[in-house]
Amino acid sequence: MLKHKDLLGLYDTSAEEICEILSTAVNMKKLLLQNIKKLPHLQGKTATTLFYENSTRTRVSFELAAKYLGAGTVNISASSSSVQKGETLIDTGKTLDAMKNDIIIIRHPMGGAPRLLAKNVRAHVVNGGDGMYEHPTQALLDFYTMQETFGSFNGLKVAILGDIKHSRVAKSNLFGLTKLGAEVRMYAPQTLIPKGMDAMGAKIAKRREEAIDGADVVMGLRIQLERQQGGQFPSLSEYSEFFGVNRELMRYASPRAIVMHPGPVNRGVELTSSLIDADNSKIEEQVLNGIAVRMAVLFLLTQREGQV
Amino acid sequence: MSVILDKAGLARMIVRLSHEIEERNEGTEGVCLLGIKRGGEAVARRVAEAFAARGVFVPYAGISIGMHRDDLVTSYFIPEAEKNEIGFSVEGKRVVLCDDVLHTGRSVCAAIDAIFELGRPACVQLLELIDRGGRELPVRADYVGKNVPMSRSEFLDVGFAELGGDDTVVIRKR
Amino acid sequence: MIIKNGNVVLRDGVKKQDIRIEGNVIAEIADHIEGEGIDAAGLTVFPGLIDMHVHFREPGYEYKEDIESGSRAAVKGGFTQVCCMPNTSPVCDNAAVAYFIRHRGEDVGLVKVHPIGAITKGENGEQLADIGGMKKQGVVALSDDGKSVANSKVMRFAMEYASNFGLTCLCHCEDKELVDGGVVNEGYSSTLTGLKGIPRAAEDIMIARDICLAQSLDLPVHICHVSTYSGVQLIRAAKQNGVKVTAETCPHYYAVTDSIIESFDSNTKVNPPIREEIDRLAIVEGLKDGTLDCIVTDHAPHHVNDKNVEYNMAAFGISGIETSFSFAITYLYRTGALTLCEIADKMSGAPARILGLEGGEIAVGKAADLTIANLEESYVVDSEKFVSKGKNTPFNGYELYGVVKYTVVDGKIKYREA
Repeated sequence: MLKHKDLLGLYDTSAEEICEILSTAVNMKKLLLQNIKKLPHLQGKTATTLFYENSTRTRVSFELAAKYLGAGTVNISASSSSVQKGETLIDTGKTLDAMKNDIIIIRHPMGGAPRLLAKNVRAHVVNGGDGMYEHPTQALLDFYTMQETFGSFNGLKVAILGDIKHSRVAKSNLFGLTKLGAEVRMYAPQTLIPKGMDAMGAKIAKRREEAIDGADVVMGLRIQLERQQGGQFPSLSEYSEFFGVNRELMRYASPRAIVMHPGPVNRGVELTSSLIDADNSKIEEQVLNGIAVRMAVLFLLTQREGQV
Repeated sequence: MSVILDKAGLARMIVRLSHEIEERNEGTEGVCLLGIKRGGEAVARRVAEAFAARGVFVPYAGISIGMHRDDLVTSYFIPEAEKNEIGFSVEGKRVVLCDDVLHTGRSVCAAIDAIFELGRPACVQLLELIDRGGRELPVRADYVGKNVPMSRSEFLDVGFAELGGDDTVVIRKR
Repeated sequence: MIIKNGNVVLRDGVKKQDIRIEGNVIAEIADHIEGEGIDAAGLTVFPGLIDMHVHFREPGYEYKEDIESGSRAAVKGGFTQVCCMPNTSPVCDNAAVAYFIRHRGEDVGLVKVHPIGAITKGENGEQLADIGGMKKQGVVALSDDGKSVANSKVMRFAMEYASNFGLTCLCHCEDKELVDGGVVNEGYSSTLTGLKGIPRAAEDIMIARDICLAQSLDLPVHICHVSTYSGVQLIRAAKQNGVKVTAETCPHYYAVTDSIIESFDSNTKVNPPIREEIDRLAIVEGLKDGTLDCIVTDHAPHHVNDKNVEYNMAAFGISGIETSFSFAITYLYRTGALTLCEIADKMSGAPARILGLEGGEIAVGKAADLTIANLEESYVVDSEKFVSKGKNTPFNGYELYGVVKYTVVDGKIKYREA
């Protein structure tokens, strides 16, 4: 059982809770692998995806997870501009409450927005990614994939390369992995490394080879074109040459190393195409694991009222 | 601990039950056996073997009822479940649902649910090795190996050899 | 009126004295004066506090604060004079608005309300505001507070033109390009929360520019709400080089660090942002060695609707005028950083000198503006008890020392603790 009404981030989720989510997800995946997709636990409940940022992948993953558990789902897509002009987030949340909605899955371009919402609504709030703060379910599915491959996190070496600065995925991974006993290395152009990551437990590598050296997991993070336009690196081809990961560099990694990416991937930028399609690439597996993990999260959050 | 059925008794009982099935259905035309995993699956297999010994082929399979349990939500757990792929059709068949112990009747209801997911049989009959009483739902077996009224504090242990037992049925105090 | 038996904070020390007020001036200070008056035994008497950087929001944003509610908050906080920043609606960039603000202050009749005029029309950083006309209506300084005058040429002309009228520019220092949408200090806490950071350099670059202008023009400049250690260093060096620069800081910069933003409480959102411990220590040091001349509150009241939104969308600012004095007593006096005389100078003497205001000191012939407080008494901050309309403080629950008992303005008791 989870301690809080909501899942807002891994910063305030304990290692025990993370492990409970992962072990619940194991059961979920067993069912999914047999194509069993109609658990009854959320029957009669409604989950709303409230997305202030475009994301088909995450929204669909959450929506299917909710449906597989029997919930009804509603999707609200609001552009950021309507946030500026329209109803406040709190009022939107209260409206959904009044409509007897049970779960809100929110994605928002501003860090802390899910927290604000959670404080003001009765519904369970699940953070589907907020600004540069957290993306807990993405990190949880990453953990699931690592656990499935390696069994344990103790001493696991995880190298994260890409846009660390704007990545909520990197941070949620860091918060969780350090609690689970893994070692996190990071590498990126200095313009994309924020202050204080080292104080949060990450090892900031000076060179790509240093980050990848002996790594069990090599994770690329999406580079967004607007960073280039913002002047944080000169071009995608230069990024790929000096900061991307290729087969050559993977020789520094552990022989059992896997390649991960939260997607969507820019082929040939963060990772070369051959790495994305290689046998040790878990990128597709991550997608299925995402559903299992999100089912586990929704299942555990609603456990309290489900149980008689 | 008291033994209510030894190995030989169990074997005789299975043969008798197979005859009862044949009798009631006026043969074995359209009859198939579905056993509730995993004890009931063993019962179905034994009964099918009893038919086979007489040169009669009756298809059998195990079915998982995890997804159909009525306490999934109230007890809030994720079932150990397998997708039911039984290898033959139940459409229009005379399904004999097999289980080892009939108690509350809830497993039977879940199993009927699971069967209906597979198709629409002509009828479903119920075969139980032991009926220990204590029904919570209006369920009655068509074929009963033995009626053994028991209190809730007693525990019935059906030990099939293929599930690591020694083919005996014993009662233990909890 | 006579104020008896109080510990009086004079320029050169604290002495138990009686003070006799005649009309609106201090007529006599002596060991013992016969007559009726306030018994200030056990209390400390400060020169009337002056807050040279407040936002009273009127005209235009009366739902956040108005001159009356602001004035009542000010005297409760022990202030006898305040200077209102011009970012109202319309902007105080002309004589009419300046006239209005001054007269509204007089009508309310609690604290002395001085308008500050905008440097440029509409605070747009382009064309000079009607500086002469505003001076005639009593503006005491010029500022485009809330923004920097980004164009150095405009700033240069503003400083030169203002000198004709004896006005000093109060510079809000912020390089907008470097701020780039940031909302908190760039550092560990901004990375942790993912809230966009504002580097120190965004403030320092503009401090340096304004110091350079003051130096090359040999004119005074005043740096608003200094928040960075590096800003303190720049100002310290400039002062050593003889540049006519003065500077202020605020309670939230000397008392707390940016870890308080980790709660995502939008009441911690202020511009410049609350920085780190290295900055806090440097600010305290700057106050001690005189690099930072004065303490202001940057009292920025907001309606709850402006704050009860996503952190990024919340308004910048802290409602601080009712807690500023207690912050100084708690975080500067009781910690031994500053003496009472130094606090009196930072919160009264220096602002009076920089802006040429009356008061600022307890001396015979000076304006009878006094703040009388019990420094031993503490209270717990509860914004619901603020008389300001702005309840936006991140300091609810803080225990602070120093309770204002009386605020005397021009010889009249304008606030008495209930």
